[in-house]
Amino acid sequence: MRTELWYTDEHTRDVRFSMKVVEQIASKKSAVQQIDIFDTSAYGRVLVLDGGLMITEKDEFIYHEMITHVPMAVHPRVKNVLVIGGGDGGTVRELTKYRTIESIDLVEVDKHVVLLAKKYLPFTSSKLKDKRVKVWFEEGLRYVRGKKAEYDLIIVDSSDPYGPAEGFFTREFYGTCFKALRDDGILINQHESPFYAAHQKSVRDAHRHIVMEFPVSTVYQCHIPSYPSGHWLFGFASKKYHPIGNLDEARWNKLRINTRYYNTALHRGAFALPNYVLDILKEEESGC
Amino acid sequence: MARTVPSRAEDARTARQRATPLADALDAQRINRLAHFDVPAHKSGRGNPELTEYLGERAMAMDVNSMKPLDNLGHPVSVIRDAQRLAAEAFGADDAFFMVNGTTSAVQAMIMATCTAGDEIILPRNVHRSAINALVVCGAIPVYVNPGTDKRLGIPLGMRVEDVAKAIAEHPSAKAVLVNNPTYYGICSNLVEIVKLAHAAGMRVLADEAHGTHFYFHEELPVSAMAAGCDMTAASIHKTGGSLTQSSVLLTRRPVNPDYVRQVITLTQSTSASYLLLSSLDIARKNLFFRGREMYQKTMDFADYAREEINELGGYYAFGPEIIDGDAVFAFDRTKLSVHTRDIGLAGIEVYDHLRDDYGIQIEFGDVGNLLAILSAGDRMMDVERLISALEEIKRLREKSPIGLFDHEYIDPVIALPPQEAFYAKKRRVPMRASTGLVAGEFVMSYPPGIPIVAPGERITPDVLEHILFAKEKGCFMTGTEDMNLEYINVLA
Repeated sequence: MRTELWYTDEHTRDVRFSMKVVEQIASKKSAVQQIDIFDTSAYGRVLVLDGGLMITEKDEFIYHEMITHVPMAVHPRVKNVLVIGGGDGGTVRELTKYRTIESIDLVEVDKHVVLLAKKYLPFTSSKLKDKRVKVWFEEGLRYVRGKKAEYDLIIVDSSDPYGPAEGFFTREFYGTCFKALRDDGILINQHESPFYAAHQKSVRDAHRHIVMEFPVSTVYQCHIPSYPSGHWLFGFASKKYHPIGNLDEARWNKLRINTRYYNTALHRGAFALPNYVLDILKEEESGC
Repeated sequence: MARTVPSRAEDARTARQRATPLADALDAQRINRLAHFDVPAHKSGRGNPELTEYLGERAMAMDVNSMKPLDNLGHPVSVIRDAQRLAAEAFGADDAFFMVNGTTSAVQAMIMATCTAGDEIILPRNVHRSAINALVVCGAIPVYVNPGTDKRLGIPLGMRVEDVAKAIAEHPSAKAVLVNNPTYYGICSNLVEIVKLAHAAGMRVLADEAHGTHFYFHEELPVSAMAAGCDMTAASIHKTGGSLTQSSVLLTRRPVNPDYVRQVITLTQSTSASYLLLSSLDIARKNLFFRGREMYQKTMDFADYAREEINELGGYYAFGPEIIDGDAVFAFDRTKLSVHTRDIGLAGIEVYDHLRDDYGIQIEFGDVGNLLAILSAGDRMMDVERLISALEEIKRLREKSPIGLFDHEYIDPVIALPPQEAFYAKKRRVPMRASTGLVAGEFVMSYPPGIPIVAPGERITPDVLEHILFAKEKGCFMTGTEDMNLEYINVLA
């Protein structure tokens, strides 16, 4: 019998998702977390932080396109963008497709994620060298604290809220983001999955905290095969623009940006939510 | 830092400190699986499955009664004696006594081992209620030294050497001087000088180190009571030293007679001392000896960073070593993160409530003008960042003008009767608001910090009443009176 190596992502205590590993590419214990990179037969190269799956070569486009193009098709004049987390560079890669963006600040607490991504994950990190991009190795909360009305768009591209990203699901974090945004700014955040109880708690906490700080706050969904349950949410919070009411399809389509998942029809559909998700949101809003 | 070659004595000490005799004996006991026909009746948890599920089998199996292989706290002759000796060595004391009734019992034991009815004891008024409780129990008479007050921060400070000298001169027959080392806010008196003065006058020096256990394990922290030459100290290992809540240690130096101290402790301490608490003291002592320096370095680094960041926010004042004045603030404990909040128009207790209710952050306490966060090596940078950001958010969303906040925290007590006499006197119940000018028969305090605003035998002046009503209105957790709602107070009939 051949020896097989499998990587298992624990989706919940009782549900596991395994992929066959071809080769371990890198393993590094940084001050913040354990970082591993594998080549897998089904999902290509994958990034794993503290044992949890972050991105795969095969389906990262879905996540990175949805976290980026949805706000970009709504806000008419995005010039200054802040990305918190996202050291793999995938979100930055999508942002650099817009020539109108003047600056992209990427704040990543773990510099080893960026170093390893540059070396081993070229499919996401390729645009980190764009001259508009500035990378800050700092705690996200600390970076945002000092900022006042400096950004048009903040994207919170964090890992799961157990460990280094815990602080990004708190009310104080969303409050400081609110302050760091201009009067028509948009905040997009990785919002976990509503399906399993453990993740649903994070969905609830994040939504409740965002509603307390932003006048416009909702979530949208997409389908990411390698993530727990496959059903994933992003938060759309804004001081002014409505995600559908202010969607400018003609403007976005004229940009002719090449995407594999996102299009403006899907944009509308992504905000149409299942009833159980609507109930979760409603329950949290009623407590505010 | 250049390390000197350790001497052979140091080597021997390091080897000794690796042992945990009490914890080892308890573990051996667990593995031995004796058939138990003694208390506790849960018998390793089997008699109470629900509690075992809740706390875990291991904890239940360690919850045993004192027996020959495990020694007896009231009369230690084997593993408890050995563990206490190691603790004495680690803290630089001659003798150490494990306490399972909290640091409260350690404070009371050292006062009761020093004073009897009618003896005078010199102490600052900003002591914890446990010290004044001890006076109620043993009948000693307090001689209060006014701790200086920082006018801006509204907090009581340490005792000035000059004031202690004056109290000693005016009360030459006093038995002892009691010193907070440090106060809840991290402020220390000039302990070395106070020890000199007191010893020259034939008085003992007792220290309340409920918040100073860590002083023994890092050279940049203020001097510890034992190093300063104090005779006895109550060190709350459970607060900043890593043992389980309610466990503590009483440390003494000769010529204090350890056998007499043990007898005094036995007067009130449980005869069924918890081995969970005792073993936690044994293991915490070892951990402090080997890792203490590193732990408190990390704690100081966290606190220094947080102070700098909070002060940058504006409005708040996270005070630090700059308040040292060489006298009433002789030294400052840098591990304490105290923040003055009045300049943003909120009482410390209001910020404390917002932190918990709105941001899910629990801190140690808030009083009228300040809040206190306890940091430790167990903290994570991310959580420190959360605290700082939440403070910024509270300021952004709720800042008010600072007018209308109470402007004094220390009130010189007017003592009509000694605490014991007042506590046991015939009393009557009056509405709190109608109590001005009467003599209190009970305590009133915010908890934490547990420093009485008024103590038995003290007159309720208009200032005292104003302070009580203000603290209550701001939402401080008020305790001490028989009336749980603090609408009424017992006064001397």
